[in-house]
Amino acid sequence: MSELLLETIALRKEFGGLVAVDDVDFTIPRGSIISLIGPNGAGKTTFFNMLTGVYKPTAGRVVFDGEDIGGKPPHAATERGIGRTFQNIRLFEQMTATENVLVGMHCRLKGRMVPSIFGFPGVRREERAARERARELLAYCDLAGHEDDYARNLSYGDQRRLEVARALATQPKLLLLDEPTAGMNPQETLEFVDFVFKLRDDEDLTILLIEHDMKLVMGVSDRITVLEYGAKIAEGQAQEVQSDPRVIEAYLGKAAVS
Amino acid sequence: MASRHGRAYRGFFRLLESVGVKDARARWERKSPFLQRAVPPLAIAAVVLVLVLPFRTPDPAAIVFLAIVYALYIMPPRWRKWALPATVLTIAVLYPFLVQQLDYQRFLFEIPIFNTFPTIDTMAVMAIYAMMAVGLNIVVGYAGLLDLGYVAFYALGAYTAAWLASPHASQFHINGKPIDLNIGGVGVTEGLGGIHISIWIVLLAAAIVTAVGGILIGLPTLRLRGDYLAIVTLGFGEIIAEVAKNGDSITLGFNLTGGPPGINPLDPPGWGTWLADHLGLPANYLEKSGQYVNFVTLVYWSGLVLLLLTIFCSLRMRDSRLGRAWIAIREDEVAAAAMGIPLMRTKTWAYASGAFFGGVAGAWFGSFKQGVFPDDFYFQISIFILCMVILGGMGNVWGVVAGAAFLTYLNQEGLSSVSTWFNDKVLPCDPNTADPAKVISGGCVNAPLVSFGIYGLIIVLVMLFRPEGLIPERRRKLEFETGVHDEPLMDLRHAPES
Repeated sequence: MSELLLETIALRKEFGGLVAVDDVDFTIPRGSIISLIGPNGAGKTTFFNMLTGVYKPTAGRVVFDGEDIGGKPPHAATERGIGRTFQNIRLFEQMTATENVLVGMHCRLKGRMVPSIFGFPGVRREERAARERARELLAYCDLAGHEDDYARNLSYGDQRRLEVARALATQPKLLLLDEPTAGMNPQETLEFVDFVFKLRDDEDLTILLIEHDMKLVMGVSDRITVLEYGAKIAEGQAQEVQSDPRVIEAYLGKAAVS
Repeated sequence: MASRHGRAYRGFFRLLESVGVKDARARWERKSPFLQRAVPPLAIAAVVLVLVLPFRTPDPAAIVFLAIVYALYIMPPRWRKWALPATVLTIAVLYPFLVQQLDYQRFLFEIPIFNTFPTIDTMAVMAIYAMMAVGLNIVVGYAGLLDLGYVAFYALGAYTAAWLASPHASQFHINGKPIDLNIGGVGVTEGLGGIHISIWIVLLAAAIVTAVGGILIGLPTLRLRGDYLAIVTLGFGEIIAEVAKNGDSITLGFNLTGGPPGINPLDPPGWGTWLADHLGLPANYLEKSGQYVNFVTLVYWSGLVLLLLTIFCSLRMRDSRLGRAWIAIREDEVAAAAMGIPLMRTKTWAYASGAFFGGVAGAWFGSFKQGVFPDDFYFQISIFILCMVILGGMGNVWGVVAGAAFLTYLNQEGLSSVSTWFNDKVLPCDPNTADPAKVISGGCVNAPLVSFGIYGLIIVLVMLFRPEGLIPERRRKLEFETGVHDEPLMDLRHAPES
């Protein structure tokens, strides 16, 4: 078993003439919390979408757990253990919290159509266990008592946590969080950071955090990678990155460096 | 409390208070909930009775019917959950005995405007259409894939039945002899040859053939989304209909579908002599000709059983792992894929399941009509079934069945009953000068001529006043009450896209 859970080799994405991600080499060691930051339009989300199979890379490879998954459809990435949340919450709004989590379990359940129709004992047992597990996950994500609420009726912070619960239901090895604190107030953000630590320790997860906001990632990340114009411009510990002139330039403009 | 009641309720108590009954509303609302629920219908019934009595004596049958409805209305919801389906089912099963009475008035009453209850022929067709509507509901209501070519599956099912239960195959030769195979077929004329398989096996075979057809049509088309999918399914619907029409020896070199005259005779439904002798099931439905239990009654009862099976399967699918995946895809494809749902495979399953029931309905229809004719499978049927799904309430099986029952009834006899009523009672109609080929002539209307215009109008009205359908699915209801979820052009709640 390799040290690296995920590795991208010269990963590249072009939209017509625009190079959105420019030959990025990137690694995620097991059990770490890695952050990917960059100003608006730096290509973070495009990069993210290639990891999760939403976009097919123009060139380069995505190696996850020893297997090249670049260009495979999203469900294949999820099956292999990449769970994700969305920047702008994408819950199944007309489904209850429990149902959302159950959908997340889809690829871990087996229930075939004909046994489901006739209610074979195997399917019923599996379904009962899945519901039990969904309740545990919701409780773990601080959503106990909201099991039968429709997702759209939950508060903003609860919706964020439900997205995490749903992603955890896919039993990921790597959890990708796309701007998880967007729209949260400072207090909620702090709570969320604690929650991320708890996730890594309890669930033995590796976490990739995509953030727009630098302050947040400084505290949590083992390593930070900075993208600008699709290219990697810096990588390292929080302090190193923070003092890197190129990063300061990217965030604050040329005048700030001198 | 006040907000739960309508204007009529408040007005009624204001009226009471203004004529001197002190504090009427508050005192009324202190009564037990049961009383509050049970008394108003009785009061209204009493008023109606007083108003109507001078003009005509009420039908005892109508009073029995209303009493049943009233009993269902006042019982606790816990009981009603079981009593309502049980009552509907009992009436549905006993319906042939009610409607085929010689003294109709003793058991059934005249409905205002619509005149009579649907005949047993209509009910038999209704069961078939309801089956198709429930099948289409899997595709449109659960998985959210707009399918405008559902008639293709209906046709495929009917033609499969025709190939497996008619003398059609006798024109083909194996080892120089015409094909002659009989596995439990009923009503077979000696010497005609062809393939004759028991209808119950044929139903299953037709369902499987149609489901495979659904997969074959689905694989290339389901990559498309929304409007594009609708157009392509429409195309496939037309293709199948044209193949049926032109699939004779002139175009294909061999006779596949019998061309414009279709394939007939098809074997009628029946259980065969062995089951008839051992279990008492009717050997051949055509041979029954009692007053109550005749060919159509048997077709209706069997159709009812098939419909119940369809509903059962549909509900179980909805609540299974696959059903959840369908609803997830309907809600948000991108998120569904990110949660590990294989989009293509799951959509194809929806398509195949929908097609499966369309195939059963088609085969049963062929067996009922004892023949298949390409003109029975035209484009409007796809739209007609879609209307049933929309009218009843997309996603809700019971709503869809109700929608199917209502529209089939209108199509079979309701519209002409209503026109007759208008011509007799409202319009200055003179039947002698009326031209049966014109919609309006001689002061009469002939509504069945513009039936599809009327269904269109009904759909428009439903969309305006109750867009979620008559009996909405709880999710859909939520959607229509609190706004439609759609891809936002720019989501103001969140940080800008990176």
